[in-house]
Amino acid sequence: MSRFKYSNKIKTGSDVIALNVIAYVFLGLLALFCLAPFIMIVSGSFSSEKAIIENGFSFLPQDFSLEAYKTVFKEPYVVFRAYATTIVLTAVGTVVGLLLQTMTAYVLSRKDFEWRNAFSFFFYFTTLFSGGLVPYYILITRTLNLRDNYLALLLPLIFSVYNLLIMKSYIKALPDSLIEAAKIDGCGEFRTLFEIVFPLIKPALATVGLFIALAYWNDWYNAMLYIKSEEKYPLQYFLYQKVNNIEAYKKLLSNSAASSVAGSVTLPTQSLKMALTIVVTGPIVLAYPIVQKYFVQGITIGALKG
Amino acid sequence: MKTKKSGFKGFLKKLYMYRAFLLMLAPAVIYTLIFAYYPMTGIVMAFKKYNYAGGIWGSPWNGFENFKFFFLSGQAGLVTRNTVLYNALFIAVNTIAQIAAAILLTEIHNKYFRKITQSLMFLPYFISWVIVGVMAFNIFSSDYGFLNRILTFFGKEKVSFYTTPEVWPFILLFFSVWKGIGYGSVMYLAAIMGIDTSIYEAAKIDGANVFQRIFKVTIPMIMPTTVILLLLSVGGIFKGNFDMFYNLVGGNGLLYNYTDVIDTLTFRALISSNDFGMSAAVGLYQSVLCFVTILLVNKLVGLYDKDYTLF
Repeated sequence: MSRFKYSNKIKTGSDVIALNVIAYVFLGLLALFCLAPFIMIVSGSFSSEKAIIENGFSFLPQDFSLEAYKTVFKEPYVVFRAYATTIVLTAVGTVVGLLLQTMTAYVLSRKDFEWRNAFSFFFYFTTLFSGGLVPYYILITRTLNLRDNYLALLLPLIFSVYNLLIMKSYIKALPDSLIEAAKIDGCGEFRTLFEIVFPLIKPALATVGLFIALAYWNDWYNAMLYIKSEEKYPLQYFLYQKVNNIEAYKKLLSNSAASSVAGSVTLPTQSLKMALTIVVTGPIVLAYPIVQKYFVQGITIGALKG
Repeated sequence: MKTKKSGFKGFLKKLYMYRAFLLMLAPAVIYTLIFAYYPMTGIVMAFKKYNYAGGIWGSPWNGFENFKFFFLSGQAGLVTRNTVLYNALFIAVNTIAQIAAAILLTEIHNKYFRKITQSLMFLPYFISWVIVGVMAFNIFSSDYGFLNRILTFFGKEKVSFYTTPEVWPFILLFFSVWKGIGYGSVMYLAAIMGIDTSIYEAAKIDGANVFQRIFKVTIPMIMPTTVILLLLSVGGIFKGNFDMFYNLVGGNGLLYNYTDVIDTLTFRALISSNDFGMSAAVGLYQSVLCFVTILLVNKLVGLYDKDYTLF
């Protein structure tokens, strides 16, 4: 929302005009600068391999070609499998994570729970000090024996103290009388949480849910550390692997085409990387306008609460 | 509580009274014990010569051997310097860019322009660093990169960015600003929205022009938010953004002098060289530095404004 109205002024001062020029130019350029790398990937994916090799990447498709996409969809199931892995992980992780975070935040925000500060500190301390990568790695791979197990992708992201704090500040803002009334009516804690609190914190659930979902969707790190079998790769790590070992990917694609080994030579390389990136990124960018609002809400709350 | 019972009996009574709360807390508490507190005991590995058969507890002690190598090889100095300098650079430039973007966004009166620019600025926040790595390749690749295309167009020599360490601070800064501007400016936008409009009215009546309004009202008024956000980022000054460095630089050893941070070294020591002991030592070194910094920062925040302290 703009905070200043100049419409009632008879004459707009030159300082206002100057600032407006600066604002439009600066923000316009900034927006373009944020969009440009996306456009370059799109145009690269629709360019012919020959044009990229001769001229390099550009903002407009050169020698328009669908060859790269055709190549990706020679073996669509490998991409779809990575998609399926990520979608299931994101869905399960978000639902369970939300439940876990909300339940914990609800208890920690109850003023009649005398031990709430001690428990809050118990959670908060983990953001101040950690054992570091090695003990965590050994915990997952040896103690819990989760190497190459989907749980190694699910568990590390399921609970976060930052999300807990956002959730807590939302629930704290609810009027106390509401929970007291529920208590007087003989409503148990679980019922109060699920039937009274949950419906009232829908915006918080949307925001925190999206934070969790984004963490799962964009995760490649845990897969790199703990997942060995290619068929278990989630989407981002799948992309990472294919882009960094494009020759191996081309081999896979050409084998499936039942052509000779030489077949992989004729497949595009650079435009293939771009097309694969688009296939992986496209859906999330399309969903972006819908979810952006909730992120802005969440960040605002987070900013105010630290 | 009406009657304050002391001793064990009182404790048991409370345990019973809070049974629903404790049941609700149980999953998160168990999770935190396993995934956060138990690994903390693993820091003993920093003082051990780790072998697979012995595990954490059975491996023999070797004192400060792991640290000795880390410090004497000069790696400690290098990665600490890189981590701190990169973070300082990112914090300074990002703060200025985000505040500028937030202030200018409030000055735009065309609703559609404002919405579209804000949405576009926010877009990079949503994508993974893997994709940012692909974008960096598009722009900086020596053979096909857009930048080299432009350089050749102007008759200049091509630059091999992936073998020229000196350019990487700029490239990394570019992507840091690029990815963070949307997210960061929203926080400052929230602070600007919270300013009492009557202050602007008063400034206007006193004949202040828009620039004076920005520098004499808006910026001083968002100072508390700015200081808090700055201090919070300073609290993480010893934490390198692994996602960013790994996806943009990866295993490119030619660039390490300029791009190796504590987190990438810890990772390499563990995964590439399987040196569990040294990796744990570097991790512990970082954890302790982070912990001390956060305590210091919290003290500073407390001096600035008690309401904003973290604990």
